[in-house]
Formats: sequence, structure tokens, C-alpha cells
Amino acid sequence: MDTSVTPAAEENVWGGGNKPLGASYGKMMMWFFIVSDALTFSGFLAAYGFSRFKFIETWPIADEVFTHVPFFHGNYPMYYVAFMTFILIMSSVTMVLAVDAGHHMKKSKVVLYMFLTIIGGAIFVGSQAWEWATFIKGDYGALETKGGRILQFVNAETGERAALGDFAASIPDVRQEHLEQNGVWYYGDESSLPTYSLNEVVEGFKSNPNILIRTETLTDDHQKTMLTREESLERIEDAVLVVEGANLVRNEYGSRLFADFFFFITGFHGFHVFSGVVINIIIFFNIILGTYERRGHYEMVEKVGLYWHFVDLVWVFVFTFFYLV
Amino acid sequence: MAHGHKLAIFRGLLKFKSNTQKIWGVLIFLSLVTAVEVALGIAKPYFLTHNYFIGMKLLNWIFIILTLVKAYYIAWDFMHLRDEKSSLRRAIVWTPIFLVCYLIFILLFEADYIYTVYKDGFVKWNF
Repeated sequence: MDTSVTPAAEENVWGGGNKPLGASYGKMMMWFFIVSDALTFSGFLAAYGFSRFKFIETWPIADEVFTHVPFFHGNYPMYYVAFMTFILIMSSVTMVLAVDAGHHMKKSKVVLYMFLTIIGGAIFVGSQAWEWATFIKGDYGALETKGGRILQFVNAETGERAALGDFAASIPDVRQEHLEQNGVWYYGDESSLPTYSLNEVVEGFKSNPNILIRTETLTDDHQKTMLTREESLERIEDAVLVVEGANLVRNEYGSRLFADFFFFITGFHGFHVFSGVVINIIIFFNIILGTYERRGHYEMVEKVGLYWHFVDLVWVFVFTFFYLV
Repeated sequence: MAHGHKLAIFRGLLKFKSNTQKIWGVLIFLSLVTAVEVALGIAKPYFLTHNYFIGMKLLNWIFIILTLVKAYYIAWDFMHLRDEKSSLRRAIVWTPIFLVCYLIFILLFEADYIYTVYKDGFVKWNF
């Protein structure tokens, strides 16, 4: 691993003594990886753009999906994601400071800044997990139609979204979830039943005149289309399923592809952050053990730093295209 | 890292005394840009959401341009591309830019075509 120190200036140009790009082998390879990984992420984001342009008139509005902040109740679009962005930029800064301290061979400072970087990364991954959990759990619930479109509910008086529990009727249902204790022919692959049956939601909707249906279609004002009570009563006849939360097949927020891309892109990025934290921890212990002190330079910190900044760079784009645009 | 750091940003408008100072300066700038993005995203000014440029809302153009600005400072100052040889910098930057522009051009045009197929070629798909 000593490839980075080759002071042999007397080697001839074609014998490997020439460094036209002025970067060591390790750094070059890290840049190769980063460029190819950047293209992978670009592919994902471009595919997201493709699906969004395909369904430009029915795509979910991100502000209405990501409205939660831990420990706070209410509607706070984007604040939490902005916080996550700030955490990641902050941990990028501590990483640059670690690299800078490494150039000055200040071991204790490198240790401190690497530690802070790891903490920042851990906070980010934790936030991401929380964001996923909230997304999967869902908050209002919706119905799915024969054509696979999502119908959401709105309270006509307040204009706010209505949860299924706000109006669903209580009808004793014959169908029960099959549990392992109740029979030998149990494969465990039946998905759990929704909190309310379709019948309960439809009947509850019919007996609550102040509930309206909101469809996926966007109006000229970039809002979801609100149906009148008559249109709503007609439209609810198309409903075939109760959808709560999100999974890879369907989600209560709208277009199915929206949840798929959310899981795929933020998941792939979260995996990068996770592996970045693991690599940072390894480097952190190497610094404490004095490996780089003995080697005479802290280039390893610089290389892992490049990867860490790249993860931050990708997040900047994911933040824009998933949450802002 | 025998060579020194270039300590000026904004084309020499802002000069820092040390590398550490420059890092904090860039952090402040990046945080400001993010704050502007979030503020615009929450306020959604009518003028910016109802005026279009090449088929996209002005607001979205602003978001994308600010993102590229942020990406520039992350790559140039955090990944210290500013201190690398220009040949390395160009190889790293222009290769993905060219490929990504190509990809975006193809995919968005194709998606727009499929959108019109769904709109005009089907009796109904949104049912």
C-alpha cells in the first residue's frame, strides 16, 4: 500500500516515473470510482425524471408527503430534510478539517474531526431510517381504484386531509387475518389486513357528507384536484382496495413509481452513507493506532474524505430532485 | 500534498488567510444557499410557479441552478479539485457532465413522448 510515495524522480517517463495528473495511484482510483458512481446515481435520477415526465399531471407533491419532524406534531414540510442536508454538509466540513489537520500531521486533531464526522454520518443514517419508517407507516390512508389510481380524502369544512379513521364506519367483518396459531396450512405470506375494510370506508364516506375525494390529477395551480360531493360519490364506486402507508407495490401518496424511486434512490444513497461510516470507523482506528503517523502521511484520510464528500454531493442532488423540484 | 492551497473563492472576490478559514467560509455559503432553497420551497412565490422557461417552472430552474452552485463548491473546495491539476479536474468534471446531459436529453424527450401517447392514444388510463 505504499504506492502513494514514489519519490523516484529519476525514473524515465515511460517507466512509470511520470505523473501527468499529479495524483497518486490511490487518489486516482478513488476518483475513477467516484466518477462511475456519479454516473450510476445520475442514471437513477434521470430514470426518476423519466417516470415523472411520463406522469407529469398526476405525480405526488413531495411537500405533502414529507411533512413530519420527530417529536413534533403538525405539518412541517421539508424542515427535517433541510436539517438532514445541513448535518451532512456539516460532517463534510469536519472531514475537510480532518484532512487539513492530517496535512499538518496533527494526530489528535485528526482523531477528533474524524470522530465528529462519524457522529454526523450516524445522525444522518438514523434520520434516514426514521424518514423511511414514517413513509412506510403512512398517515392518512387512501383507496385504490380499478385502474390503480389513488383516491385521498379531504374534510370539506376545514380543507384539510381526512384520515380513514376520521370517518370510516364500524362494520363487523367476516374476514379475519389468518394467524399461525389457527391452522397448519399457514405460509405466513398473506399481507396483514388494513385497519379498515373497503366496505367500512365506503359506507363511512357515504354517511359523512362533509368528506370529499381528492384525485391524483394536478390542477393548473399545481394542487391536487378536489371533486364535488356528487363526483366523489360516483368516483368511490371505482374503489377496490384500502391502501395504508407505502410498500414496493402500492402507496397511499399516489403514483406507485413514486414510492419505488423513493426507496431505491434514498436507499442506495443511505447505503453509501452507511458504508462511508463503516470505512470512516476503520480509518479512525487506524489513526488512533498510529498507522498513518508511521507511514509519514495521512493520504488515506484524504481518500476516504473524497468518498465522504461525494456522498454529500449526491445528497445535494437527491434533495433537490426528490424534495424540492 | 507539497503544493499549497488556493485560498480565494468567488473568482478572487473573497480571500481567506488559511485553509481552515476557507472551509468555514464555504460552509456558511452552502448553508445560506440551502436556506434560500428551503425558504423558496415553502413560500412558493406565485410568479415563480406560474411562469415557465423551456417547459419548466422558473422555481425549478432556480432550484437546479442553486444545486449546481452547491455541487461546484463541494467539489472545488471540499474535494479540493481547486488545488488539482487542471487536466485531472477537466477529466473528472466534463466526462460525467457530457454523459449526463446526453442521458437527460434522451430520457426526458422519450418520457414526454410517452406522456402524449397516454394522453392522446388511450381512451382512458386514469380511472
